[in-house]
Amino acid sequence: MIKILKNLNKKDVFIILICFILISAQVWLELKMPDYMSEITRLVQTEGSSFEEIIHNGIFMVLCAAGSLVSAVFVGYLASKVSATLSLNIRKKLFTKVQKLALNEIKQFSTSSLITRTTNDITQIQMLMAMGLQLIIKSPIMAIWAIRKILTKNLQWSALVGGGVITLLTVVGILMKVVVPKFKIVQKLTDKINEVTRENLTGIRVVRAFNAENYQENKFNETNTKLTNQQLFNHKMFAIMQPMMNLVMHSMTLGIYTIGAFLIYNAGTSEKLTIFSNMVVFSSYSMQVIMSFLMLAFIFMMLPRAQVSANRINEVLDTEITIKDGNQEQGKEGLIGEIEFKNVSFKYPDGEEYVLKDISFTAKKGETIAFIGSTGSGKSTIINLIPRFYDVTDGEILVDGVNVKDYKQSSLHNKIGYVSQKAVIFNGTVNDNIAYGENGKEEINENKIKEAIEVAQAKEFVEKMENGYDTDLASGGTNISGGQKQRISIARAIARNPEIYIFDDSFSALDYKTDLVLRKELNKYTKDATILIVAQRIGTIMNADKILVLDEGKIVGQGKHKDLMENCEVYKQIALSQLSEAELLK
Amino acid sequence: MPRSMRGNGANSNDKAKNFKGAILRLCKELINYILYVVIALILAIQGARIGIKTPNILSKLTDEISKGLTGQMNILAVKNIAIILGVMYIANALFIFIQDILMADVSNNFAKDLRKSISKKINKLPLRYYDLHSKGDILSRVTNDVDTIAQTLNQSLATLVTSITLFLGTIIMMFRTNSIMAITAILASLIGFVLMFLILGKSQKYFTARQTELGKLNGHIEEIYSSLNVVKVYNGEKKANEKFDKLNQTVYEANLKSQFLSGLMHPIMNFIGNFGYVAVCIVGAILTMNNVISFGVIVAFMIYVRLFTNPLSQIAQSFTSMQSSAAAAERVFEFLDEKEMSDESSFTKKLEKDKVKGKIEFKNVVFQYDNNDKPTINKFSMIAKPGEKVAIVGPTGAGKTTLVNLLMKFYDIDSGDIKIDDVSTKELTRENIHDLFTMVLQDTWLFDGTIKENIKYNNENITDEQIIEACKIVGLDHFIRTLPKGYDAILSENESISAGQKQLLTIARGMLQNAPFLILDEATSNVDTRTEEIVQKAMDKLTEGKTSFIIAHRLSTIKNADLILVINNGNIVEQGNHEQLMAKQGTYAELYNSQFATVAE
Repeated sequence: MIKILKNLNKKDVFIILICFILISAQVWLELKMPDYMSEITRLVQTEGSSFEEIIHNGIFMVLCAAGSLVSAVFVGYLASKVSATLSLNIRKKLFTKVQKLALNEIKQFSTSSLITRTTNDITQIQMLMAMGLQLIIKSPIMAIWAIRKILTKNLQWSALVGGGVITLLTVVGILMKVVVPKFKIVQKLTDKINEVTRENLTGIRVVRAFNAENYQENKFNETNTKLTNQQLFNHKMFAIMQPMMNLVMHSMTLGIYTIGAFLIYNAGTSEKLTIFSNMVVFSSYSMQVIMSFLMLAFIFMMLPRAQVSANRINEVLDTEITIKDGNQEQGKEGLIGEIEFKNVSFKYPDGEEYVLKDISFTAKKGETIAFIGSTGSGKSTIINLIPRFYDVTDGEILVDGVNVKDYKQSSLHNKIGYVSQKAVIFNGTVNDNIAYGENGKEEINENKIKEAIEVAQAKEFVEKMENGYDTDLASGGTNISGGQKQRISIARAIARNPEIYIFDDSFSALDYKTDLVLRKELNKYTKDATILIVAQRIGTIMNADKILVLDEGKIVGQGKHKDLMENCEVYKQIALSQLSEAELLK
Repeated sequence: MPRSMRGNGANSNDKAKNFKGAILRLCKELINYILYVVIALILAIQGARIGIKTPNILSKLTDEISKGLTGQMNILAVKNIAIILGVMYIANALFIFIQDILMADVSNNFAKDLRKSISKKINKLPLRYYDLHSKGDILSRVTNDVDTIAQTLNQSLATLVTSITLFLGTIIMMFRTNSIMAITAILASLIGFVLMFLILGKSQKYFTARQTELGKLNGHIEEIYSSLNVVKVYNGEKKANEKFDKLNQTVYEANLKSQFLSGLMHPIMNFIGNFGYVAVCIVGAILTMNNVISFGVIVAFMIYVRLFTNPLSQIAQSFTSMQSSAAAAERVFEFLDEKEMSDESSFTKKLEKDKVKGKIEFKNVVFQYDNNDKPTINKFSMIAKPGEKVAIVGPTGAGKTTLVNLLMKFYDIDSGDIKIDDVSTKELTRENIHDLFTMVLQDTWLFDGTIKENIKYNNENITDEQIIEACKIVGLDHFIRTLPKGYDAILSENESISAGQKQLLTIARGMLQNAPFLILDEATSNVDTRTEEIVQKAMDKLTEGKTSFIIAHRLSTIKNADLILVINNGNIVEQGNHEQLMAKQGTYAELYNSQFATVAE
């Protein structure tokens, strides 16, 4: 939590300082009021006191109340400002940080958890700040001031108030000790309820096909019962709070009056009135003392929840950025679209086995290099190393003769047109989606978009859509089919005009014919670009200039289709699993 | 949520009706807990009554004490009053405590019931429903909406009753004690309350704005986080940041305003309390000096003022929370009232799993999705003979998966008929049909649990040996054994399982079902072709004599099918086996040949 508060800047600290002063003034005014109250009481009690005097004191008391209101309004505004600013800044910081994380780090946190951390958790902190800031300044000032005012007045009364405070704090303390750890359990169980329901919803066809409705419901009921019992326990524990508070406050008044009665009974005539007005004042100050301790207790009840959120946020902010930016903006003179892998090995930071081992190859300008291999052979990992989604463990990757680690990341990315395995569609029009990002060169204009769409074989369906290029696409592309999504994301890469294309199994949702035509058009359109393709289908890659066959993270064959058919057993097997010998020779 | 907020202006009538309806419905559903609720309410009213009486008694105590100022104090009377007061305070606390416990019981168990009903309902709704509604929305009904209802029940209902009793009771007591003082107290508070309600109304607007803006920001964050690789390579960070900053700033402003305004409530309440206090004191002083009232009356009114101002703000707050609760209840009930799948309990026909021969017939089947303007399946007819392997090929959107959905009776057909062994599926229960099919889909559906649990799923009779055997067949056994806990490894924690391996797991699960019919809908699309071949051989062995349907993009997967149906626009355009279709030189041949046509051509 303290770490989070370090995000406050000088201006915020200054504002908090002003809050401190304003709140002090407010407390002073509020504690001044009982003085007027006792004066009024005294005047009312005393025979022959003038009415003007009462009005006079009354007006002062109302002025105090109004002053405290004005100060509270200002403090309220400032505190809202500080808390809103804090959340604004932390959210920004978190968002920027997440964008810099390597993909495996994101996987570790999980995307959905990162989203909750950027939204929900920050809201939690903000709530605590908004309410807590005022309370945490006010209650100690209030408590100390009020105690000072009454401490000297009477020992018995003070002891009574002390007893009340201790009872209150003990009960709150025990409650916290018992209930706070349960909060975490409730949170976990709620997650679990969510998960079981989501599971049922996403797998609704499977659930029904397996006649597993009862199985799912039992699973749900089990968690539901656990959650209910836990919640019930918490709520019942909290049920003690309200009556407890009432009882303590009421007994306080009652106690003060009863003790007062005896004091007055035993006192001399001259002292009686003083004791009486003291009694009224004391009972009102004691309320302030109790209230301020209650407020403190309240903060301490809120704190653990916010603490959980603060820890989750810090976890992200503290993650060291492993992918560091270089400073090179250009490749070696005269080299364009050239990629070289030199003895590259890769394993995940926490992994034990190498995913890639000793990979070396060169791709020259204008060449098409294809990667094929079985599930889990590491083909996607190879191409993910080029835009530095991960960094190599050993060896080096050169793009245009310069190590990828030495490039400024934006300069490196400007050279690349990347199409991911899962087609990505952003919320926006077709135009927005194609012209996405920056390529460090010219703005992507309308002609360029049209060209790209045409090459990507998307022209027909895009122009058929209601608003053509201005049709809005939903985030995630829920309103177009899988094949259409892939073509849009391919067009996005084409419009970028890159030196290097990277296709990570991005033709899988296209039928053979579209796949073929698309690649033909692409070859025509980008004669000079280097193309890297990962694919499952032999047909997609058999005409590549170089095919790399991967098996368990190693290159087991390298060459053209014909050569590989003769001398690479793995390749031959893959090919024959798809096409007959006769067809392959066609 | 937006539903409850909508009614600020024009639609207030509509909202009121919904509000009332939802609250009535809520009361109706609470009937099982009526005893608890009634006891709780009685306790609440009793507690409030004691709360109102105590200031009066306290004023008597003060009177007794002030008598002692001038003359002799009746110490016995003081003692007695103090004891009575003490007992009343304890009784009051006890009543509130019991009432809180009862309401906690009611609200949590009610929430549990609602969640259970929703969970049951999910499995009773037709799939059509899920085509039109988002998962997130249903999920939020199970958690957020139910929680909102539970919380309101827990807090607001009792608070509302207590507050109203206190409020009315205080007014009565005040007038009974002294009408001039009562009017003073009410007038003094009134100004403040008008102010407060104005602020409450205004802040509501900003709260709504904050929720919507936060929603927009969430959307943007979600989009960027889930497509981070593309954002990075396309240098989209700058634009993403610009949009983020803009949204973040709007949220900041809405935050600031809503928080500031709602934060005003408390200080204003405080001021009203103090202002009322002074007013009561001054008026009281005048009256005392004129000997109209005793000093004890002032003390009583000092407390009445607080008693009077507190419940009003509580009533206001309860109403706001009840409004959101009504909106939540509406959403929950709306879901629970959704039309369920047709009742099949009267069906008597049943096909036994081990006696089925395996014939399937589609006869002029027509089917249209609710959100489509033309039929997806149009007069579709075909016959699959027992033991045949039928492949379905065609472009995306041709209706391949829909055929499977109809066969599984996930949807009811609009016209025509589907027959299994010459029995219409209209006469068979869904449960019976599902029992006859093994289905493996492209979307690997695995849940958070061990590998073993996932393969076993809801069939407790499957032995560990069978599981291992199935995993051996799909070639996963070795891989699973390398995992830290082997077959007991938990899936969600395992990032090392690839999409292909997940597909193989679902195939293993399907294999163990051992049903007479088999449906594979792009079940091997993420598996490499060599593994697929191995799996397919194993499957062929398993499906010997079983009728199977296979949908695949990869034509190598289906080449050896007995019958290949090429479909487009909901109907068959070509059919036959591979050789026949190739000889025909039609759509299929064109599709097939394009996979090894060279780019250079």
